[in-house]
Amino acid sequence: MVTQSATLKSKEEIIERMKKPEVITGSEMLLRSLVLEGVECVFGYPGGAVLYIYDAMHGFKDFHHVLTRHEQGAIHAADGYARASGKVGVCIATSGPGATNLVTGIATAYMDSVPLVVITGNVATSAIGTDAFQEADITGITMPITKHSYLVRRVEDLPRIIHEAFHIANTGRKGPVLIDIPKDVSAAKALFKPVTEVNIRGYNPTVAPHKPQIDKLLQAIAEAERPLILAGGGVIYSGGHEELYEFVTKTNIPVTTTLLGLGGFPSGHELWLGMPGMHGTYASNKAIQAADLLINIGARFDDRVTMKLSGFAPNAKIAHIDIDPAEIGKNVPTDIPIVGDIKTVLTIINREAKPAAKADAWRAQTQAWKKEVPLKYKDSDTELKPQWVIEMIHDTTGGDAIVTTDVGQHQMWAAQFYRFNKPRSWITSGGLGTMGFGFPSAIGAQMAHPDRLVVSINGDGGMQMCAQELAVCAINNIPVKVAIINNQVLGMVRQWQEIIYDNRYSHIDLAGSPDFVKLAEAYGVKGFRATNKEEARSAWEAALRHPGPAVVEFVVRKEENVYPMVTQGNTIDEMIMGDAE
Amino acid sequence: MNKHTIAILVNDQPGVLQRVSGLFGRRGFNIESITVGASEEAGLSRMVIVTTGDNKTLEQVSKQLYKLIDVIKVVDVSSAPMVARELALIKVNAEPSARPEILGVVETFRASIVDISPSTVIVQAVGDTEKIDAIIELLKPYGIRELCRTGVTAMNRSGHR
Repeated sequence: MVTQSATLKSKEEIIERMKKPEVITGSEMLLRSLVLEGVECVFGYPGGAVLYIYDAMHGFKDFHHVLTRHEQGAIHAADGYARASGKVGVCIATSGPGATNLVTGIATAYMDSVPLVVITGNVATSAIGTDAFQEADITGITMPITKHSYLVRRVEDLPRIIHEAFHIANTGRKGPVLIDIPKDVSAAKALFKPVTEVNIRGYNPTVAPHKPQIDKLLQAIAEAERPLILAGGGVIYSGGHEELYEFVTKTNIPVTTTLLGLGGFPSGHELWLGMPGMHGTYASNKAIQAADLLINIGARFDDRVTMKLSGFAPNAKIAHIDIDPAEIGKNVPTDIPIVGDIKTVLTIINREAKPAAKADAWRAQTQAWKKEVPLKYKDSDTELKPQWVIEMIHDTTGGDAIVTTDVGQHQMWAAQFYRFNKPRSWITSGGLGTMGFGFPSAIGAQMAHPDRLVVSINGDGGMQMCAQELAVCAINNIPVKVAIINNQVLGMVRQWQEIIYDNRYSHIDLAGSPDFVKLAEAYGVKGFRATNKEEARSAWEAALRHPGPAVVEFVVRKEENVYPMVTQGNTIDEMIMGDAE
Repeated sequence: MNKHTIAILVNDQPGVLQRVSGLFGRRGFNIESITVGASEEAGLSRMVIVTTGDNKTLEQVSKQLYKLIDVIKVVDVSSAPMVARELALIKVNAEPSARPEILGVVETFRASIVDISPSTVIVQAVGDTEKIDAIIELLKPYGIRELCRTGVTAMNRSGHR
């Protein structure tokens, strides 16, 4: 693949050139501002309203532009880039349909607090409001799913707006910010003066916590007999994973990590109990229900974690640390609210954190749950099991790959059986549950980390929602290894229809799907298929050895279900454990 | 369910009303009335929204509003002594024979007649919501042709906040 350092000139030289005050077009201001924000890679798709911007990009070498095959692919790739790197992801689309094709991706990033700057073109300011060709009110459409948005009316405002957008996207509770640039603004010229300061009166996130609340938490830990940590995506987003590790080491409190929190605490650690919630581990769910102190660190008590809210953690005093004050008390009444940046808060707590002295019996109890009822599945010598495939992928990659997933059964199996040890190695659409996210997000992750192994685990359903991006992998030699767990149905829907809808299978049969090996090869990507364990291992290893992108289709039976499972209306300890031995 | 009057200081930007009202809509918060106008500071507007909900809802309303970049300050005006007023224009049937009685009502409420035609008058009334409700009730028997209310605008009494 094209490495970024090969084509990028020395940074200082570029930055000096970019900073020069000159009369330039709005489009040139945009490109310069992006470089000055540290952008190295953008994902986009041109069209009428962004022609000036793309014209300015002609021959432009100071960042990479990846041309996707659909705007949805571009925004999911930008999202994967942001989640893998911790930097702001950037994508560009034209007005109207280009902009509306971003909507799912914006909502995906918004739900999972992913920092994006989304740039759309719009018709000229004089044509706005006239139902012009390819006009859509994208700032209006995306208002509920963006952290903030701008419609740029004057070219002079552009440098300030871009700088503000990056600041807003990547501070506080992170999220997508949209900048809509009318065509005449991208064409107009003005004196470019780089903006380096932000002054947004209504935006000042609380980073440092209120000390008395910290003291309350420390007191609660000292008194607790059954304390438990629930760690979420906020740990990873704040870069606070080492501080969490220190906190756990000092307090000796067991940890459960949410879907987005996976990798925020090493899964190999004795005190790690797994993931909680609908498909959480027995130990995590039992522990939440029995805990007398639940310390939520950067999670938002999502309904897939709490299940029946009125019966959630019934015995626990709740402490909640979050950068977003609106999350505290939103779903679960909170006894010790702590607003602040996770890394900052944990650093302060760690100065005084002491072992939870009354919790020895509790630790033994949680260990017993973990050992007695581990995650399991009924393996087979003759049949290929999806859980086995995930374990095999884990073993062959040393647990060290960046893994992206789509949404559904394979996502839950990957969460359960790929044991994550590092932050930013697990990229999945948690809040919105966006099918079609898994594969393009891997392209973004690989662009962020050219030297790391990126594995994208998909179902046969979701893979067909953004399969066109195989062309991007092929043409740019982006060496993503794509696993397709093909059970020929919409597996999670099938599972619900089996368990909740009394085996009434309605419109879940994906017969007519393409031959995925041929599909990959049609794009010039190496394709493999496996139907048993032996084939699976050798095909996967061949894919890993292959220097470029590769697709491996694992054909599995459709009857396999994800367990444990808590159905809606039940508390999280009312788990269906499945038929595993 | 309590009634709350909240004042929101916002940037005077295009779309800010949509951001605020949209937030109320999608989070299921009720808007009984909303008024917007200039504030004491150039570039900032003040919205006054009357909403109903328990204290937990009010707390969420406030926290969610603060997440909007264009929102500078949110104050629950009704949590302290306040002056809350709305204005109503009431076009009421007023044949010459009925006018003395209508004038009696208008004077009692310190309202005023701001337009007269051969068969109608427009009454302008200013006051709190209860007062406006009361004058409307009293004018109903004459036949109300048209009614406009501004919704409540409010501020705290001096010495309170």
